[in-house]
Amino acid sequence: MRIAIIGNGISGITAARWIRKLSDHDITVISSESDYFYSRTALMYIYMGHMRQKETQPYEIHFWKKNRINLLKAHVSRIDFNTKKLILSQSGSVKEFNYDKLIIATGSATNKFGWPGQDLKGVGGLYSLQDLQTMENYSKNLKRAVIVGGGLIGIEMAEMFHSRNIPVTFLVREKSYWNNVLPAEESKIINRCIKDNHIDLRLETELKEIVDDGHGTANGVITNKGEKIECGFVGLTAGVHPNIKFLKNTALEIGRGIKVNEYLETNIKDVYAIGDCAEQINPLVGRRGVEAIWYTGKMMGETVAYNICNKRVKYNPGIWFNSAKFFDIEYQVYGNVQAHPPENHTSIYWEHPKGDKSIRIIFDQKNEEILGFNLMGVRYRHEVCEKWLKEKTNIEIVLQDLGLANFDPEFYKKYESEIIKIYNQKTGKNLTLKKKSGLNRVVAFLKYK
Amino acid sequence: MNISDSSLSIAHSENNSLNTLQKIALAFVGLGTLGLLITWAGVNISSLGMFLVSFIGITVGSLLFTYASYSGKIPGIKNNGVFFKGISAQGVVAWILAIVVTGFYVCLYWFPHLIEGLIRIHDPLSVALRGKVADQWFVYGTFYTVAVILMGIKFIYKYRHNTYQILRTISVMSFQLIFAYLIPAFLALMNKPDEYFSYFWPLDSYALRPDWIESKTALGTFGYVVIAIGLLMPFVVTPIMTYLYGKRWYCSWVCGCGGLAETAGDPFRQLSDKSITAWKIERWMIHIILVLVVLLTALLWFNHIFENQILGSFTLGYKKAYAFGIASMFSGVIGVGFYPIMGSRVWCRFGCPMAAILGLQQKFFSRFRITANGSQCISCGNCSTYCEMGIDVRSYAEKGQDIVRASCVGCGICAAVCPRGVLKLENGSSDVMERTEELRAIHISEDEIKLMS
Repeated sequence: MRIAIIGNGISGITAARWIRKLSDHDITVISSESDYFYSRTALMYIYMGHMRQKETQPYEIHFWKKNRINLLKAHVSRIDFNTKKLILSQSGSVKEFNYDKLIIATGSATNKFGWPGQDLKGVGGLYSLQDLQTMENYSKNLKRAVIVGGGLIGIEMAEMFHSRNIPVTFLVREKSYWNNVLPAEESKIINRCIKDNHIDLRLETELKEIVDDGHGTANGVITNKGEKIECGFVGLTAGVHPNIKFLKNTALEIGRGIKVNEYLETNIKDVYAIGDCAEQINPLVGRRGVEAIWYTGKMMGETVAYNICNKRVKYNPGIWFNSAKFFDIEYQVYGNVQAHPPENHTSIYWEHPKGDKSIRIIFDQKNEEILGFNLMGVRYRHEVCEKWLKEKTNIEIVLQDLGLANFDPEFYKKYESEIIKIYNQKTGKNLTLKKKSGLNRVVAFLKYK
Repeated sequence: MNISDSSLSIAHSENNSLNTLQKIALAFVGLGTLGLLITWAGVNISSLGMFLVSFIGITVGSLLFTYASYSGKIPGIKNNGVFFKGISAQGVVAWILAIVVTGFYVCLYWFPHLIEGLIRIHDPLSVALRGKVADQWFVYGTFYTVAVILMGIKFIYKYRHNTYQILRTISVMSFQLIFAYLIPAFLALMNKPDEYFSYFWPLDSYALRPDWIESKTALGTFGYVVIAIGLLMPFVVTPIMTYLYGKRWYCSWVCGCGGLAETAGDPFRQLSDKSITAWKIERWMIHIILVLVVLLTALLWFNHIFENQILGSFTLGYKKAYAFGIASMFSGVIGVGFYPIMGSRVWCRFGCPMAAILGLQQKFFSRFRITANGSQCISCGNCSTYCEMGIDVRSYAEKGQDIVRASCVGCGICAAVCPRGVLKLENGSSDVMERTEELRAIHISEDEIKLMS
């Protein structure tokens, strides 16, 4: 059987690898972006000089031949679903490619909200190698960059320019950075962190238009407050959307993304969609239809491989988790943590006096079940948190065993008893930390069914 | 991707320019280095004067450079521009440095008369510390110790947010200064032969030989203590410590070679080869050298017992070949001279027989491993890039698998540079035999997402 995968990002490549593990099918991965799979999340580190592109490629070149995964550098311009054929443009010429089963994993594209000047030169997002090349091209002698959109990519871009001592103005629509996801305190930590890094953070400020220098290149922006900010590059980081433009007006059912059922099947037989470009018709409770994150892409890649290899399995991403790094502050989240939580969500929150570390633990006020963990500058162990969340463990058991979750390096100061203290103050109870960190204890806990 | 290196020039570069204080610091280092070069060239103006100029220039310059580089910056990972700078990305400066250091090693080992000037300026210090004039090994020890301490301070300041890195570096600095420099100097002052209590058989291939034992027994009680330590360390202390903490207890906390690699070698850690081919070469080479050194010691004893009747000249030739090829050429000239080209742990990874033994223990019987935090890995590659031992850490981390590799020296940098906090160095006795299984990997199975077990 001949399987074609469009897109060589984490979703497409994970699918290819798992299909190879499970079967002997003929696999071809098609991409016009790069010759080899690289880690998209590492784009910033290439710009910052921490790695070269080579280092961001998880597999050596001989890996693909050894695993019989064909790589094709071409752009899919059209799909003929009736005859199961891809129309490719490859270095100027048009080619056809027949498939038996097709996986679409085309990822995302940068959001543009119809701003005047959004297609000028010197305006770009941060999603692909080509985007990175654009940033690089405009970085020479750059006096200032303006970044529009306060999400994860925006702050990465700010850090990138900052690493080269390029002044940055960061326009954020919200009252506080990423406060539609982060609870208020954590959001404030990041506001401070952005300012400590000398980024010109403009909260409650939106882009109105990008100014043309008269030669088709951006040389400034005008904000909704009427201020003009001169700059040599405008970074658009107000989110992404599924990259499915080339699929509009085809037989394929699309909404925001390509509509898929829980088996990641589209409305057309033998056509699947995974990763950022897929939209779940019936998302699981508490989850969104489109989840453009690395981890879900990876899980979908594995799920689709099972389904293609006739082992039907539903896509089930399990307990929510995510992570990021804001300049020097690491962030981890497990479970249900909301910026504007419903009434039954109670949270205990500890923050380091220096204001660069925090732990938030959320539980249900009525039945005292654990609901989520939100961490800044402190590392917790995924499997331990997941087990507590899955088993809906009582908050007091979690707190007393909290040492098990600690994942910080050896000799680091531990803060578990601080958070218990706060719980005790709040409730008048007298809990103490019963389980300390340690691999033996963790293994025993995880193996205990 | 065309991202050019534009920062080789000290005077001007686009965005990664040196600040004023860094330039002043480099001027001091330059002055000190000039002093050394002049004396290396054989011009002797005033021993004490030239020594002070070099020593103060390099010390003040390097401390100032450390301060100028990291002060006022928020503590955190400082790898910006590593692959843009010539010094850390095999550029012109790196090649010049490699050639000069290699040349110094060649002179040191085989043509010490060519560095006579350098030796002579160390006389005042040597007389003060050891009560006798300097020789090339005293000069080498001084350079080595100064490098470990100055670059150790730089490393500590660079990683000042990381307690593990701070403690580990204080440890290697102390072992170098006390056990490999001050104690040998003090022993010399007491008219006792040099003893380095941080190197043991088989890394020290002279130890445990018949003539070594004889020379120690001649010293009386002190000699017996030395022999006892020489036997206890490799055969009793090492297996116990490696079982408890992994080979890191030695390689990145105690050892002098490791000490230099972790401090002076830190700017070059990203240059280690991560390919599977390099891993294969590593496994062959390091174990062959282990066999060679065991054979060397065995042959010498064999020869000793049969009073040179059997294999007499062969053993002598073999001994000389090992001393030249492995002990000098590999561990010294290539091991350190090639830091800026091949990374800082070439000897430790491909050559060191002590590392080979520690590695076998670590691989098969140790509580130590690096654990990966569930499915949090984003495959970015920082861990693999900054692994000085060339381990492809990412290939394990992205599967959520424990990392148990013979070569891992437990420096902890992978865990430090990981932008998602995925890695942790840990010791646990409960599952020593199951460490390498994909035990904790979270992934989807036919039934559901679950922990594989």
